[in-house]
Amino acid sequence: MKPGAFGYRRAESAEDAVRLFLEVGEGAQYLAGGQSLMATLNFRVSEAGTLIDLTRIESLKGIEQRGNAIHIGALTTHASVARSSLVRKRLPLIAEAYVHVAHPAIRNRGTIGGSIALGDPASEMPACMLALDAVIHANGPAGKRSIPIDDFYLGLYETALEEGELLTGIEIPLPAEGARHGFEEIARRHGDYAMAGLAVMTTGRRARMAYFAISDRALRSTAAEDAFVSGASPAECAEVATREMYVFGDLNASENMKRHLAGVLMRRVLLSLDGGASA
Amino acid sequence: MTETMPIRLKVNGEAVSALVEPRQHLADFLRLHLQLTGTHVGCEHGVCGACTVRMNGDIVRGCLTLAVQADGAEIETIEGLSESGEIADIQAAFHRRNALQCGFCTPGMLVTTSELLACIDRVPTREEVRSYLSGNYCRCTGYQAIVDAIVEVAVARRSGSDT
Amino acid sequence: MTLTKYDRPNSYIGSRVPRPNITRLMAGRGKYIDDKSLPRMLHVVFVRSPFAHARIVSIDATAALAVEGVASVLTGRDIVDVVSPWVGVLTHLSGMRSPPQPCVATDTARWQGEPVAMVLASSRAIAEDAATLVDVDYDPLDAVCDMEEALEPRSPLIHPGYDSNLCWERKVEAGDVDAAFADPANTVVERSFDFGRHTGVTLEPRGCVCEYDPAEDRMTMHYSGQAPHMIQVVLAKHLGIPEGRVRVISDDVGGSFGIKVHTYGDEIAVAGAAKLLKRPVKFAADRLESFQSDIHAREHRVRVKAAINGEGLLQALDVDDITGIGPYSVYPRSSGIEGNQVINLTGAPYRIPAYRGRLRVVFQNKVPTCQYRAVGHPIAMAIMEGVMDELAKATGCDPAELRRINLVPDDAYPHVSAQGMKFADLSHQKCLAKLLDLMDYEALKQERDRLRGRGVYRGIGIVSMVEVTNPSPMFYGVGGAPIAAQDGASARLDASGALHVASSITEQGQGTDAMLAQIAADGFGVDLDMVHVKTGDTAVVPYGGGTWASRGAGIGGEAMLQACKALKAQVLEAAAAVLQAKPGALDIFRGAVTDLDGTERMTLADLARMVYYRGNELPAGLSPEFIATRHYKVSDVPFVFTNGAMASYVEVDTDTGIVKLLKHWVVEDVGTIINEQLVDEQIRGGVVQGIGGALYEECVYSDDGQLLNASMADYLVPMSVEMPDIEIAHVMTPTSTSELGAKGAGEAGTAGAPGAIMNAVNDALAPLGCSISKMPMSPERILRALGTVD
Repeated sequence: MKPGAFGYRRAESAEDAVRLFLEVGEGAQYLAGGQSLMATLNFRVSEAGTLIDLTRIESLKGIEQRGNAIHIGALTTHASVARSSLVRKRLPLIAEAYVHVAHPAIRNRGTIGGSIALGDPASEMPACMLALDAVIHANGPAGKRSIPIDDFYLGLYETALEEGELLTGIEIPLPAEGARHGFEEIARRHGDYAMAGLAVMTTGRRARMAYFAISDRALRSTAAEDAFVSGASPAECAEVATREMYVFGDLNASENMKRHLAGVLMRRVLLSLDGGASA
Repeated sequence: MTETMPIRLKVNGEAVSALVEPRQHLADFLRLHLQLTGTHVGCEHGVCGACTVRMNGDIVRGCLTLAVQADGAEIETIEGLSESGEIADIQAAFHRRNALQCGFCTPGMLVTTSELLACIDRVPTREEVRSYLSGNYCRCTGYQAIVDAIVEVAVARRSGSDT
Repeated sequence: MTLTKYDRPNSYIGSRVPRPNITRLMAGRGKYIDDKSLPRMLHVVFVRSPFAHARIVSIDATAALAVEGVASVLTGRDIVDVVSPWVGVLTHLSGMRSPPQPCVATDTARWQGEPVAMVLASSRAIAEDAATLVDVDYDPLDAVCDMEEALEPRSPLIHPGYDSNLCWERKVEAGDVDAAFADPANTVVERSFDFGRHTGVTLEPRGCVCEYDPAEDRMTMHYSGQAPHMIQVVLAKHLGIPEGRVRVISDDVGGSFGIKVHTYGDEIAVAGAAKLLKRPVKFAADRLESFQSDIHAREHRVRVKAAINGEGLLQALDVDDITGIGPYSVYPRSSGIEGNQVINLTGAPYRIPAYRGRLRVVFQNKVPTCQYRAVGHPIAMAIMEGVMDELAKATGCDPAELRRINLVPDDAYPHVSAQGMKFADLSHQKCLAKLLDLMDYEALKQERDRLRGRGVYRGIGIVSMVEVTNPSPMFYGVGGAPIAAQDGASARLDASGALHVASSITEQGQGTDAMLAQIAADGFGVDLDMVHVKTGDTAVVPYGGGTWASRGAGIGGEAMLQACKALKAQVLEAAAAVLQAKPGALDIFRGAVTDLDGTERMTLADLARMVYYRGNELPAGLSPEFIATRHYKVSDVPFVFTNGAMASYVEVDTDTGIVKLLKHWVVEDVGTIINEQLVDEQIRGGVVQGIGGALYEECVYSDDGQLLNASMADYLVPMSVEMPDIEIAHVMTPTSTSELGAKGAGEAGTAGAPGAIMNAVNDALAPLGCSISKMPMSPERILRALGTVD
């Protein structure tokens, strides 16, 4: 199971990466941690003309607080994010989600930016970004821009990133005082892609609730959010979410199963908010 | 034949240079160029963990890392970790507990275990051990003997460092 | 380890010594098949059919041959010239049929993944590049996938010469089954069970390296497998090379579990290519190929009906099994054995006066199935134990008690079942009693009941089981297969006093070499580190079957014991002449010839050096033989059965359908235990493979025969986090068929675990008024059983 032949270029900076992308032209593809891309290349289900390796771009690594937001460089590995004391303290939703993300050797190399940019419908980080109302920073042939996460995921493995555009970082507004978070996923084996998952942030009466592994992409249940805001019980929110969600089945769970699990997750996560510690 | 690229790296402490195809993954590079056949190829899509090696101090999947990406890196394989004696206590415990049968997963298990024991500053619970091994597939043992062996080493290392 | 003479005579047999030969495996010094490389070696990649059923119209390899590094592209028609097709039937499975199978398809591909051409190149990567360029024109045909539909008269036929897709049907009937079901005093239950198709997923994929020497017409195959002598015959017969000129070598094997005991067209085609091209050829299957070409197993739908009388005693059992085996019966073991075992073994632990069984083995356009660890047992045990729990529920009897009163009593052997299976030296009652004690059954039931009140659904599942081990020639040889039921062992003393032993059984990780070394050290009288074991090379080891069907310790071990005892007698005869003593007054202990009281007379090294170097000092006429060989087969009975009991404790999350395995207990009677640690680890590993089939593993096919989850990301195998700790205890009833008394241990865990888990899940679901009888018991299937998901 060897990948077809491809070329390889190593980028020194985001700008350099974009330049290389344009220089290579057809067949150019960015390589971040490679923990998903390499597998699909080995299977020859995708092919690359030339990989532009981003992993040496030091300026895109790191986690820091800037004003009222936390910035995470796109090339920061899952392991670094999960270990970060800043993340654990200020973004416990992410820390909690990371318990479920893949396995140690994958987390050491896979990057948060790569995961978000790929947008696997069953991975945790896209849903966390939706719940946290993150802003995506990108750099591309047309220059730099910021994309609100709500505008980022468009469909199955489809994002707002344009051809040649590179996700450079994410900006996560610090949750307000008294914000609560909830996260749960249901997987048949630890570290697998989930059968269904839910990430929730609430502040007072505001709420952002994002599912993953339910649909063709990470997706908020605005209906459940509205119900929550208007004081509905966890069971009522679950009912609304189950009814309203746009659901996609897969090998491990049919559409009906996922719809059912969406309700289970909503009820469980909201109950954990009531009984759980605030964050 | 496709074009090759030069790489220079350190493998088990020795400087190595080679010309490699960009598509060659690190596990194949170690096996085919350096005859370090202790790194096993079990699935080539990052699931089984048999190809786990250490790269710049962190464990990685050899099949999901390109050899060209290891340019300038320090790689440690089961051969190096064995010969340096670094994991001798883990190997001895695996032996005592019969924590391997066919042995094909074992290099990856040992490399993963070495990181687990290095990154936790207390004796891990059985659940924590099982969780750290969640990306390493063993078809033979049912995992219990592996967990036993690792906990045994962790306890011995703690009691060793306490005295 | 210090041994004293007081540890004799069993100083190694029965001791938990660590396996002597595995430290190199931990240091990355194993020699697995893909580690092998030879000068001028070519790498093969198979072009495999993307269709489940298709006529091969044409193959154009022009573009592939133009790739730099490609040496050759061979089609099925090229290969059939050097490798003759085979037929995978056994004559004693009367009426079974299967057409000739070419090792690479010639005109029709009959499963997705069947090889249709092979590309040989200087590297695997280049061969894969070129394989994508081989242009095969297929004419897709209707695929036959569902095994029941395959038997309908209107079904397309997989083999045009046959009148249906039936491979084999067997019926057996004993006693008055209908009368028992009709008797109003009896309680009758009926259930249907579905078992998903699964596969072995050895962590090391299959592979081989073949070298052919045209000067001497010699073929050497290095292969990852369990039965070198069987492969030797297959190669000789189908490549037309004299058997004595074929050598098969099996070094370290990265897991096998039955997957690597079969003849695969892929490997034999590699030998054909090596002969045609006169260059070494390597085939190392990748994971995708493993899923599409390793044998699959199981896929059964079974209807079971059982009756008990007012005292709770079983009166009759009716089993109807249909199983889908893919398009060919696998050569030479056949694909009928699994179903046959279901019919033969269902209900085996119990006294059942009347029995009726029907088996239908059906062709379909999926990967061929064949014997995989525990062959048929997981099905036979799960359906019987499922029915036992159903009977317990119907009569209000405690499940353990219902088993206890129906088990064949420990003092009732020999016992012959209604199916005609002969059982001896078993201990069902002792095992069940020990199991209930080990798990603290009463306390566990109380805990379960208490938690139910709080909406926590836990369940207990119990299984009593038998396992076929140590098969006699009645298993395969009688049916015409070139598979040895006997095994040979040789033992040789070298000039340093070291003991070199060789055996025809093979090592795939279970500890074969260690077990042989322990028996040899013990039987001859040297320390373990003086024993050197050789297995897995037809040019070196005595002739025999290999390691499969839980036969290594029982058959290979007995042969080794007898060879070492014979060598000891020969050595003592020489020593007696030298020492002017009677052989009967001498012994061998820790590498020295001693008096019977342990007083050392001379070391084996001194004796051996005198014999080998200074024969002139020996008494006239003495010409010692310091090598002995013995062979052993089971001859009194068709099989030596083992027995055991196991239990599972689970918790079902009724919201998500996730089953949490809390604990698993096994009590097993493997007869004489040579190394308890190795036995326990076989059982643990086997249980976890059984858990795989119960909860996770399934080869999922589309209606048109596409395997939908051929990757390790999608085909779920048990991983560390979800597995329970497994507690093991033993009852020891040595088999009276051999001096060693060892029965097999390799498959018991896999045989019993699925039934135990299924019963535990159903016990957990019982208060909710539903049950599940389809494996794997995925979360979705559990929720469907609960009615919470449509």
